[in-house]
Amino acid sequence: MKKRLKDYGINFLAVVLSYLALRVIMYNGLINNYVQGVVVFAMINIIVAISLNIATGLLGQLALGHAGFMAVGAYTAGLFVKAVEYPLYIEMIMALILAGLAAGLSGLIIGIPALRLRGDYLGIVTLGFGEMIRYTIINLGDITGGASGLKRIPKMVGLNEVFIVLVIVITFVFLFIKSRHGRAIISIRENEIAAESIGIPTTFYKVYGFFISAFIAGVGGGLFAMYQRYLTPEKFRFMFSVELFIIVVFGGMGSITGTIFAGVFLAFLTEKLYEYDEVRLIIYAIMLILLMIFKSDGLLGRHEFSLVQTPRRIKNLFNKIKDRFKKGVA
Amino acid sequence: MTQFINQIINSLNIGSIYALIALGYTMVYGIVRLINFAHGEILMIGAFIGYFLAVTFNMSLIPLLLLSMIGCAIIGMIIDRVAYKPLRKAPRISALITALGMSMLLSNFFRWRFGASDKIMPEINLIGNIPMPNITIITVVITFMCMIGLQYVITRTKTGQAMRAVSEDKGAAQLMGINVDKTISITFAIGSALGAVAGVLYAINYGNLEPYMGTMPGLKAFVAAVLGGIGIIPGAMVGGFAIGIIETFVKGYISSAWANVFVFGILIIVLIVKPTGLFGKNIKEKV
Amino acid sequence: MSLLETKNLGIAFGGLRAVDNFSINIKEGELLGLIGPNGAGKTTIFNMLTGVYLPTEGSIYIDGKKINGKKPFQIVKMGIGRTFQNIRLFANLTVIENVKIAFHKDMTYNTFTGIFRLPKYWKEEDEITTKALELLSLFDMENDAENMAKNLPYGKQRKLEICRALATNPKLLLLDEPAAGMNPQETKELMETIHFIRDKFKVTVLLIEHDMNLVMGICERLVVIDYGMIIAKGTPDEIKSNKKVIEAYLGS
Repeated sequence: MKKRLKDYGINFLAVVLSYLALRVIMYNGLINNYVQGVVVFAMINIIVAISLNIATGLLGQLALGHAGFMAVGAYTAGLFVKAVEYPLYIEMIMALILAGLAAGLSGLIIGIPALRLRGDYLGIVTLGFGEMIRYTIINLGDITGGASGLKRIPKMVGLNEVFIVLVIVITFVFLFIKSRHGRAIISIRENEIAAESIGIPTTFYKVYGFFISAFIAGVGGGLFAMYQRYLTPEKFRFMFSVELFIIVVFGGMGSITGTIFAGVFLAFLTEKLYEYDEVRLIIYAIMLILLMIFKSDGLLGRHEFSLVQTPRRIKNLFNKIKDRFKKGVA
Repeated sequence: MTQFINQIINSLNIGSIYALIALGYTMVYGIVRLINFAHGEILMIGAFIGYFLAVTFNMSLIPLLLLSMIGCAIIGMIIDRVAYKPLRKAPRISALITALGMSMLLSNFFRWRFGASDKIMPEINLIGNIPMPNITIITVVITFMCMIGLQYVITRTKTGQAMRAVSEDKGAAQLMGINVDKTISITFAIGSALGAVAGVLYAINYGNLEPYMGTMPGLKAFVAAVLGGIGIIPGAMVGGFAIGIIETFVKGYISSAWANVFVFGILIIVLIVKPTGLFGKNIKEKV
Repeated sequence: MSLLETKNLGIAFGGLRAVDNFSINIKEGELLGLIGPNGAGKTTIFNMLTGVYLPTEGSIYIDGKKINGKKPFQIVKMGIGRTFQNIRLFANLTVIENVKIAFHKDMTYNTFTGIFRLPKYWKEEDEITTKALELLSLFDMENDAENMAKNLPYGKQRKLEICRALATNPKLLLLDEPAAGMNPQETKELMETIHFIRDKFKVTVLLIEHDMNLVMGICERLVVIDYGMIIAKGTPDEIKSNKKVIEAYLGS
């Protein structure tokens, strides 16, 4: 029990420290508004990429339409906060929950029939569904503003709120995968037939995992809407789904920490190449191809970087070296 | 009534282009079980080759088409060798991601070199000094010629036989003395050449071209391939025309804005109701 | 009363009859062998018993309750556990995780309890960790608990699969060619293990094997099938001298 508390403590401390670091840098004026925007969008992308990693890395189902779920969440939140007026935080939280539910619902609509399909077929169906969502948004111009976009969304979130949501999402996912439900989902990735043979209701857990994935993507979309303050369907095109997918692949499918590292790294790269969008995409593409050919499980594979485990592992490694050294001397 | 006939003609026109692209998807899928996302970009490259030949050399359609086909065939083979061949034994998802990467690479490379703005396809002659007749007729005729040619290659030649053998069972084909790698290369070459034809015809039909032009027709042609049963050549032809007809009629009689939603809706319905497509056989995973 | 009973079970794929008129009775505590040449339909029978395939005709009862039409995970709950001919482990998870997942159906905490780590979460999780370790130690695998399943040697992978099936607490354990790919020494050990499992867990075992000699030693009763039909039933000695069986194995 004591060890458990200590482990939680270490992680909690790390979260607080990284937040303080972010704040300190900002108060010192090292981060201006522009850079803040970059940081916020990177965090939102990481949230959505984590959601995609739940579907692809943990559940093992290829999903190429997460931009669509994000769009559903974004427009839901955007329309909601435009329409109502409640106290700030209540309205924000309601908007995020609604965004998640709406996206989750669309995840169910496509997931229930399509999750019977495997691999590339599922990828294509989700891709198609993502595009359908985008065209539907364009076509429902009376509500969504159509191709020219939804404008004048009240600003409801800033760096703090996005950071908090990111921490909540990460914490949720980590706690989830160490529960019986998370294990059931991972067992489907590993071997669906075996999972079923030991009593896992695989259909239920596939749909459940997909719902959670879509829900979080929707929350990410909601944050995006309330930070950016305007939405265009163009943002959520197929290419954006691919970019999210790239974050997941780079970090390692199945590794949440990998997604975080990759998200930070790619945000940095995007920033450096801001004026040369096509060059950025060329570099992404080349990296993607090389990665698949030479290290197809990404940066961290399926491993997690753990603040609790890593020092222990380093210590073990150190001890091993010491032992060998001693033996060498003797 | 005239409107109806017009719609039929339009759907034959766009349907033949979809069918040509779908053939490339289906042939590659049939032989290496890979959704070649870069196939849409082959179409774009074909159109660009055609455009440059027309602008620089004032070339007429037939020689331009042939050169564009040769160019794309070579590019298709190179793509396979460089990006897909190292992954033949890797999990299928790795190859699929590579194909996505290839698609990004090609479209953005062209955007980088030639800019994102539309280029206007000049008016060209059919061949020599003979002016271009109605483009719809040309499109349909050329498409049918390609299909007959393809059918001939596949059913009547040694190469076609090898292609069928490899798609049936790679190991067995190898044991029978078929050069599997070469056969796969040829498949990419033929598929890409058909993509080039589609690209040039598409550019002439719509009058312009740009680096991302391949994405949408590529996706729709993929839907066509799935509709017909991916891996099955006649399926791709029928699927292409079917998607052309559906799209044109939704545009004409329901709403042009919803046409794309319809096409993707069809994909989803087909995959859910009969994932193997109209012409496909059901295969169950062995436990 | 018989634990498992099938009546005129049959299945056809397309026009092909894979199994026809398959009726057996297994009593509690029995160790029954299902044998037959390759492609005779043995695995297909397992797949029907576990709900992977839906039989085209006939019925299956466990403890007198009809199970055909039920989903595989529901059938597990009713007490059938199985292993696979081509090992199907959760390769990228640790050995203990492989076993823990199999306790899923006995656990009751919901997602909320799981996320907030409420006491019930710890109680159930600690319980299954202990149980999983106990189970592993019965197979001398407690030291492998933290290894990845895919890194285990072949023999241990087979054992782990049996372990995982036992974790679902089955009344009837179906083993699909458990000795496939093993050398004679390993096979002998495995057969002893199977005996041990039956006595220790009071579980009924139905075992598939295509090598007759293997099962002769440990099974009390054998059912022989060929081309999807039962051609003989009886004790190993009776089977040994059965003309039809010899024909099926040697070819006519």
